Amino acid sequence: MGSIFTLSIVQSALELGCIYSLVALALFISFSILNIADLSTDGCFTLGCSVGAIVTISGHPFLAFPAAMAAGICSGFVTAFLQTRMGVPSILAGIIVNTGLYTVNIAVMGFSSNVNLFGCDTLFSLAKNVSDASWYTNWYKIMIVALIVLVIGVILSWFLNTRLGLSIRATGDNEHMVRASSINPVFTITVGLCVANSLTALSGAVLAQYQKSCDINLGTGMVTIALASLIIGETLIGKGGMFKKVVGVILGSCLYRFIVAIALRMSVPAECLKLVSALIVAFAIAFPYLKGKAAFYKVRRMPVRIDGEDGEDAC
Amino acid sequence: MLTLKKISKTFNPGTVNEKKALDRVSLELADGDFATIVGSNGAGKSTLFNAITGAFYVDEGRIILAGEDITYRKEYIRSKEIGHLFQDPLKGTAPHMTIEENMALAYLRASTASHAFFSRISGKEKQMFREQLAQLDMGLEDRMKQPVGLLSGGQRQALTLLMATMVTPKILLLDEHTAALDPATAEKVLDLTRRIIAERKITCLMVTHNMHQALELGNRTLMMDGGNIVFDVQGEERDRLTIDDLLRQFQDSAGKRLDNDRILLSK
Repeated sequence: MGSIFTLSIVQSALELGCIYSLVALALFISFSILNIADLSTDGCFTLGCSVGAIVTISGHPFLAFPAAMAAGICSGFVTAFLQTRMGVPSILAGIIVNTGLYTVNIAVMGFSSNVNLFGCDTLFSLAKNVSDASWYTNWYKIMIVALIVLVIGVILSWFLNTRLGLSIRATGDNEHMVRASSINPVFTITVGLCVANSLTALSGAVLAQYQKSCDINLGTGMVTIALASLIIGETLIGKGGMFKKVVGVILGSCLYRFIVAIALRMSVPAECLKLVSALIVAFAIAFPYLKGKAAFYKVRRMPVRIDGEDGEDAC
Repeated sequence: MLTLKKISKTFNPGTVNEKKALDRVSLELADGDFATIVGSNGAGKSTLFNAITGAFYVDEGRIILAGEDITYRKEYIRSKEIGHLFQDPLKGTAPHMTIEENMALAYLRASTASHAFFSRISGKEKQMFREQLAQLDMGLEDRMKQPVGLLSGGQRQALTLLMATMVTPKILLLDEHTAALDPATAEKVLDLTRRIIAERKITCLMVTHNMHQALELGNRTLMMDGGNIVFDVQGEERDRLTIDDLLRQFQDSAGKRLDNDRILLSK
């Protein structure tokens, strides 16, 4: 095992796991809670990344995050508007917004397909200068991203237990009940998608500063990766309160990064990474079902044992 | 309390599937009235309820609740004042949320909009939910942190009833709410219904296919057929009515022989 996990691999898996866990949390809201497959996630991630990058380049590394989140909220609002007010089916609404965002993203980056942040102040470069201690230079990146995720996680689990949060959860849980209660589903879906997309965009902005660049194709497959993290997390944690579930999603995201890291160490070429993630997602989603199936076959293979001698009763 | 003025609703107008579900229905429910509604399948009972709750807008006519014209008011706004129970016990509660959270949602109706958005369930409210659950006598007060999906149909329906009446509604609509439950549980839920309605003097409309219930519960019996109320009886006249009378009345009013087994059998 020691040869598979070097310190730097563990570190980068944790760092990326935390950054991408924000997208997984976004899907936790849209997919698990609202029961909507939000396919605008890919474009929204790139949107957050490009907005974050551009604001950082213009000298505002801290403003980059709220700016990206605001952009994400706009994107989420358009998706929600299409499905709640225009009668567009939710999957189509996501695809339409995703397609439109491609142009928007290019435009944000000044009609170029990538920008880089070398030489700009970022949250990470500013934090690096705080101390020279060796443990600090090794771990400061993880500390920053973990802090961000922790704050978001706490706020999110608090939010989901407020009355508005409860209404959003009920919207995805029982449509009939929501209609019979005094909850306006148009409003709850809109708020839910805005919150989800703001997290997706925040994740993109953090990544932009982390890797000091932004590329138009960065978001491709993001929805699959986030879904994998989400499902790994849900399988890990199972039932529990909102905070436990949120922690589960974050852990799932880190675990997914470890799986990818292992795959890379086993000399899977980097070009095949998307295929590997697709396989992981398929397996993660199928796993609970297969487990149930396996249990069923186990029961069926066992000799039938019925208490009492009378066979006819058993029929 | 509730006034319906000649409301009509036609589904799929202009097609071969055109169905006149409500045909100029008028009804006047006094404050505290508890009316039972009988009628065969397709008579328009559920459609009438859906028109009142606002699941669709009526083609013509007016709906007036407590002096306010709600004909074109949106469903979620109306539901602040209307309690609605369905036949399917699964429809009234959110299965993946805890009992406490479900009750908190129902209690949202009490709060006046925006400032309450970011508030959480307070200790005082938890205590109140607990006391209310204890009334059900089903042991649910000790299971408040459990998801509602774990409860039985009867427990869920009882909980739904509690939730619908937690903030006293101006009108309570019960759409065969005990029909999917076993006889013992149905009786229990019915007792609870009777008690809550009597205690709070809630104006109530209840659809039933049980002729006995139709005469025994409440103070008024309505009969629907072909999208209209064909028979309306209350007071002394109702007290004298037997189940056989009611069935005969159905034949007379509807002008056809009763061929619905469900009504005959549930005598």
